[in-house]
Amino acid sequence: MTPETTFAIDVQNAVKRYGDFTALKRVSLSIRDNEFFTLLGPSGCGKTTLLRMIAGFEEVTEGAIHLFGDDIVKLPPHKRPINTVFQNYALFPHMTVLENVGFGLEMLGSTKSEARARAGEALDMVQLSQFAARKPSQLSGGQQQRVALARALAPRPKVLLLDEPLSALDLKLRKAMQIELKHLQRDTGITFIFVTHDQEEALTMSDRIAVMSAGEVQQLGDAREIYDRPRNMFVADFIGETNLLEVSVDTVADGQAACHLGGGHRLTCDAVEGIGPGAKVHMSLRPERLTLSSDPTQGDSLKGRVRENIFSGTDISTILDLADGPEFRVRAPNSSRGDRRTFEPGTEVFVNMEQGAARLLMD
Amino acid sequence: MAGGAATGGSSTSDTYAEARTWLLLPAWVTLGILVLAPVTMMLIYSFLTKEFRGGVIWEFSLSAYDQFFFDRGLFGDDPPRIEWTYIQIFWRSIWQAGAATLLSLVIGFPTAYFIATRAPAQRTFWLFLVTIPYWVNLLIRTVSMKFLLRDQGPLNEALLGIGIISEPLSIVNTNVAVQLGLFYSYLPFMVLPIYAAVERYNFTLSEAAADLYASRWTVLRRILLPSVKPGIIAGCILVFVPSMGSFLAPDLLGGAKNFMIGSLIEEQFKGNAGNWPFGAAASMILLTLVLIILLIFARQQSKAES
Repeated sequence: MTPETTFAIDVQNAVKRYGDFTALKRVSLSIRDNEFFTLLGPSGCGKTTLLRMIAGFEEVTEGAIHLFGDDIVKLPPHKRPINTVFQNYALFPHMTVLENVGFGLEMLGSTKSEARARAGEALDMVQLSQFAARKPSQLSGGQQQRVALARALAPRPKVLLLDEPLSALDLKLRKAMQIELKHLQRDTGITFIFVTHDQEEALTMSDRIAVMSAGEVQQLGDAREIYDRPRNMFVADFIGETNLLEVSVDTVADGQAACHLGGGHRLTCDAVEGIGPGAKVHMSLRPERLTLSSDPTQGDSLKGRVRENIFSGTDISTILDLADGPEFRVRAPNSSRGDRRTFEPGTEVFVNMEQGAARLLMD
Repeated sequence: MAGGAATGGSSTSDTYAEARTWLLLPAWVTLGILVLAPVTMMLIYSFLTKEFRGGVIWEFSLSAYDQFFFDRGLFGDDPPRIEWTYIQIFWRSIWQAGAATLLSLVIGFPTAYFIATRAPAQRTFWLFLVTIPYWVNLLIRTVSMKFLLRDQGPLNEALLGIGIISEPLSIVNTNVAVQLGLFYSYLPFMVLPIYAAVERYNFTLSEAAADLYASRWTVLRRILLPSVKPGIIAGCILVFVPSMGSFLAPDLLGGAKNFMIGSLIEEQFKGNAGNWPFGAAASMILLTLVLIILLIFARQQSKAES
């Protein structure tokens, strides 16, 4: 099998074992050129291991990694045209900001003056030119972050790896950096591979996302796909907030699956390949795609009793007890428009769902 | 004062100042008794007149320093010429201590690096191994060194055995023996500070440098060494300074020709043949020399930092 040369990074059946522990179980991923690609998952899912294998810091136990068609598995890190932005920045403390940014260029054989000039340009790109002569310790966390970014971008790598680079920043700065990173990726045209455990960050920035868990890729797709059409329990639960209900599938016809819940409620939703009649599976219902009303509307609805309302600024969440069911959440935007009512605790209500709100999941 | 403290916050700083004075007192007393007093005594003694069976006559004299630097002939009435004997001994001491320090660094750095990069639980074990020989008295260790190095000793036997040499190497009573002796005496003082520095070193920096196309050698030279430099300098000082003043290794391993300042000073205070003011003067000169070397080190260090 010849790897497609158009892929920036092509990982084929990569396995990583530490003694008896398998950190990565046969992962295959093809990352396109000029893509903002995110590896998303909880800690210990293998995302950082995969990133470190691409960078060359971890050996590949089995499998292949190609960079634009070239096998790089045997190359040491310093021979790979791939640069990394480290989680804690890893700026060289004894060098100035400019020396830090120029280091890679100097190592690649640029003359001192050339390295300086291009490092200066990279610093311009992250708006830090005025700090060129400072030591990293004299900068704030956010500034250090941008120096690390400039340092990794200055040698114009073919692929840039980012290992949870925003996790140490406060919320506001993180949001600003998310947009800046996205713009940098677009302007430089470099392929970014971004590792994070923050699903919102992943959804905001990525062209495509690989959701990982337990050393495997659970789902690969763009933000909409992952959020709206989670493939399995893990993805649905990990990405965003959701209600998981146990259902039995009765019939499947015309792309629609008819199911029933324990309490006798009946629901229909889009059929999913691999889930046929008689299957007992979970169904995901996103809280923001549900509405409450005092009467059942046309289509499917579930009956429940309001337990409590929680105000969180942008939204109001209502926690319900379903008849014979688990706890259930419905979320409505905090809007002055009158079409959404808040019900007092104890009230009997009906939960109405939009088209496509319910999604059947593989286990 | 207690009333003052109770009246308000403005007196807290006074209370702190008072507490600080009292808390620092033990340190000042210790420094005074163990450092300042002996050095002052030495300084005074170096300007006194010698008594023939050891001891001093309380009479001001520059003769100790004069004897160190100038040769005025057998009867002391020739025109003064520079006395090279003692200057040479000093020069040899610097050289020997420098060589021992370099040897300790070359062996100690990889050792420290090796220990600091083991799993945390194993580090203690390796450090323990490094320090085990130092539970034995220095004198015994130095004598043992002589046995190891002598012509029919295990080192020569082994080298002869594998056929690297055809005749035993005469190491004992040479400079090399002294350097080996000093190196062995003070090696842990090199290993421990470097170990502490490497242990604190953030190895992600090495990865970052490798990621930015630096080879292993460049990573060592440009990133690791500058980062652990304070540990290396501390180690060098801790080996160099006691090596300069050492007399056991040169006496036992170097023989009569490889005299160092430590031995020279020791002789002046031993038995009846000594010359206390001269010994004190030599000590003061040694102290000054070491201080100058340390100052140059410190100056270089602060220049490199700014």
